[in-house]
Amino acid sequence: MNIIVIGCGKVGAALTQQLANENHDVTVIDVDGETIEDVSSENDVRGVVGNGASYLVQQEAGIQEADLMIAVTHSDELNLLCCLIAKKAGNCPTIARVRSPIYNSEIDFIKEGLGLAMVINPEYAAAVEMSRILRRRSAIEISPFAKGKVEMQKFRILEGSLLCGMALSDISAKLHCDVLVCTVERGDEVVIPDGSFVLQAHDRVSFVASPHNAAAFFRKIGIENAAVKSCMIIGGGTVAYYLASLLLAAGVKVKIIDQSKERCEELSVLLPKAVVVCGDATDQRLLIEEGMAYMDAFVAATGLDEENILLSLLAQTKSNAKTITKVTRINYDHVIESLELDSTINPKEITAQSIIRYVRAMQNSVGGNMESLYRIIEGRAEAMEFHITEPSELTSAPLCKLSLRKNILIGCISRGGKVVFPRGQDQIRVGDTIVVVSGIIGLNDVREILRR
Amino acid sequence: MNLSMIRYIAGWILSFEAAFLSLPCLIALLYREKEGIAFVAVLLVCLAIGLLLVWKKPKNTVFFAKEGFVSAALCWIIMSIFGALPFVLCGDIPSFTDALFETISGFTTTGASVLKDVESLSRCSMFWRCFTHWIGGMGVIVFLMTVLPLTGGSWIHLLRAESPGPSVGKLVPRMRHTAGILYLIYLCMTIIEIVLLLFGGVNWFDAVTISFGTAGTGGFSILNSGFVTYSSYVKIVVAVFMMLFGVNFNVYFLMLNRKFVQALRCEELRYYLMIIGISTLIITLNILSICGSFGKALEEAFFQVSSIITTTGFASADFNLWPQTSKTILVLLMFIGACAGSTGGGIKVSRLVILIKTIRKELASIIHPRSVKKIKMEGKPVEHEVLRSTNVFMITYVILFAFSVLLISFNGFDLTTNFTAVAATLNNIGPGLELVGPTGNFGFFSSFSKYVLMFDMLAGRLELFPMLLFFSPSTWMQSGFVRKKRFPLCKR
Repeated sequence: MNIIVIGCGKVGAALTQQLANENHDVTVIDVDGETIEDVSSENDVRGVVGNGASYLVQQEAGIQEADLMIAVTHSDELNLLCCLIAKKAGNCPTIARVRSPIYNSEIDFIKEGLGLAMVINPEYAAAVEMSRILRRRSAIEISPFAKGKVEMQKFRILEGSLLCGMALSDISAKLHCDVLVCTVERGDEVVIPDGSFVLQAHDRVSFVASPHNAAAFFRKIGIENAAVKSCMIIGGGTVAYYLASLLLAAGVKVKIIDQSKERCEELSVLLPKAVVVCGDATDQRLLIEEGMAYMDAFVAATGLDEENILLSLLAQTKSNAKTITKVTRINYDHVIESLELDSTINPKEITAQSIIRYVRAMQNSVGGNMESLYRIIEGRAEAMEFHITEPSELTSAPLCKLSLRKNILIGCISRGGKVVFPRGQDQIRVGDTIVVVSGIIGLNDVREILRR
Repeated sequence: MNLSMIRYIAGWILSFEAAFLSLPCLIALLYREKEGIAFVAVLLVCLAIGLLLVWKKPKNTVFFAKEGFVSAALCWIIMSIFGALPFVLCGDIPSFTDALFETISGFTTTGASVLKDVESLSRCSMFWRCFTHWIGGMGVIVFLMTVLPLTGGSWIHLLRAESPGPSVGKLVPRMRHTAGILYLIYLCMTIIEIVLLLFGGVNWFDAVTISFGTAGTGGFSILNSGFVTYSSYVKIVVAVFMMLFGVNFNVYFLMLNRKFVQALRCEELRYYLMIIGISTLIITLNILSICGSFGKALEEAFFQVSSIITTTGFASADFNLWPQTSKTILVLLMFIGACAGSTGGGIKVSRLVILIKTIRKELASIIHPRSVKKIKMEGKPVEHEVLRSTNVFMITYVILFAFSVLLISFNGFDLTTNFTAVAATLNNIGPGLELVGPTGNFGFFSSFSKYVLMFDMLAGRLELFPMLLFFSPSTWMQSGFVRKKRFPLCKR
């Protein structure tokens, strides 16, 4: 597809790289020549220097032939203007990043009024993701499939767990649980395992199951996985505000700590039910005084990655709280991974991911539409949900007769409100929704999972 | 330095050369020449070595600017060495140095020959000699890009190392498509020229070889007398096409997209046409007395100006005998060269325009010390980086030029010969003045001088830096260092 990306900040660059790797024709626009130079020499994309909201610049970038325009500059208004002009100049679908809470409350009107295909708010998306993770105390990541009937959850196996040394084929036999392990991350490796795979301590395991079965599974392996009831949020930024309002709505007790007196006052007006504390969160005494040790969850969401990481590490040693760390820098994934933090959330990464999801769904191929996409490990493994709309090779035979490509797993089939964990004799039918876990990045068409 | 990646690219280049060599083999078959055996032998050797080198795909595909520059230089050297072998093996050019000179002169689209009697070459050698112009004109690495499914980002460095001009841009987002479009335009224009020449009553072999020489702005002539014996029609067709191949190919791309206004607004194009017009006019008036009629003088002047400014180097007349003013203008045109992004060589019109604008800005800043002014080109401000590299290019160019003149002066020929010999090779033109003039050749230079000129030709074609980087020790010293240290973040 022919895609124009306006704005080459962190999100723009991450997006550009991902889209170029997925074989799209990408043109990037930015006002800064050096940034364009960097991005276009690292990736196979064309760069145009100029203001993305200018009609001439958009024309030079080929807006007429574009299939999609994505505006991710630093300014909300500029993004909206870019979309408006692109709509008039090229009549292509447009995506804008809009992050201000003021616009967020009226986002539907804006979307409708300006004819945007999608509006993405990184902070809000991050907050939604965080609140979802906080629903289960032990899961590092939770991704819903089939409208929430199935969830993919990721958790870390602790030292001395029941699962250490257990082969995957034994899980259902010994624990009587209907769960399917999809991927295991061990050190640097990502494995899509078969039944003989033996789990070890420190493995990060992703599995699919219905929420009910997942809860039973966690109970059997002795991990507490109830929803959190109290949460401490460090830093009172936009993410914190969104998260607090979501949590408060779900009946969670929220405590926000921020340094700025003014911001605290603002927050106390916006969130009357939350406890807002003004103070320096790097002061351990303050944290202990505010009862960090008794919290169910601890969210470090200040503007500094380093501070967030240190605070979370501190919380993990001083309490049993589940920690969530907000990280903004994208390129330090593996370093942060090695710190064994519970969950890390990257708003920029989430933004890029949801846009990619949209792009993939746009390609809308024959035989099945992609409904959702989750990256299990950046660039290594993905979980996708396809809706099967037409008969194809895939629906022609039972699963055991199909020859799937290597590193592909069908996680579950949801059919008429019921979820089936596929066995060899099951057959995919038109109208099903299937979850595919794949070590091959960039699948668009459900038929691509078959060996050719 | 990612040596395995460079090895992989070199392997592909050799395989492509094998494919290219199949054409002269066909010619040999057509004319039943036994010299074809040499071409078949070299083809097989190229293919074997090439396939051996690409057998194993490199694991580490990290590719930076330095790898791009080094592999471009390496590819051109390897290509020239293997391209020279058939000449030696079939006995057309027995000395390896001479054969290498001829091949490098071909690939770099210089067109400087060491041969006294061109017409004695076998048909297949003649064809290969001209075909090297066509391959070298657009660049073999650009060709590689169109054919190989190279995924990942940093391949632009390779394109940059081979494409002429101060800044290389893409026409469309994907490099592969960009390279494809360039080759398509190149191919179509070549075919149009062949057809037009056939209409002029030229036999097909001559039409094809002349067109190859024009398209690559090469300039190997297939007759000892050059273009003197051809009709006016042929001369004009060739002159116009030389001029067209010296235009930035982006202009043609814009025209293909029906953006005619934008295409004609190209600043570089306007300066280029202006220079051609003025030079032609002055030379026409200057040689009026020699040629007799105004029409004849205009024809000769236009042909020669077009031939020299695009760095082709075809000769329709012995301009050695022209008045001093005409000769001087021609020598100056040698340095200006064609447009950036064309198949021609030289300093390039756009660089010259930028440099002149820099001078104007410098003058203005002396008069108004606090004035702020950004240099603009094609209606856009020129990045500081581009300015800097243009200035450095110019200085490097002058130093390399002076040094080369010094090195070949040991042969003891006159200054004009030495000066124009270096000018003609470094700018990829072909003929110079005096001994290396249109009727002369480069055969009389010593082997050492020939190697210096060969270096100049390659340096000129690849815009100096790839060759300098390739032969600078620090490039290679660093490679060991980097390999030991390894970047853990670049693994993936």
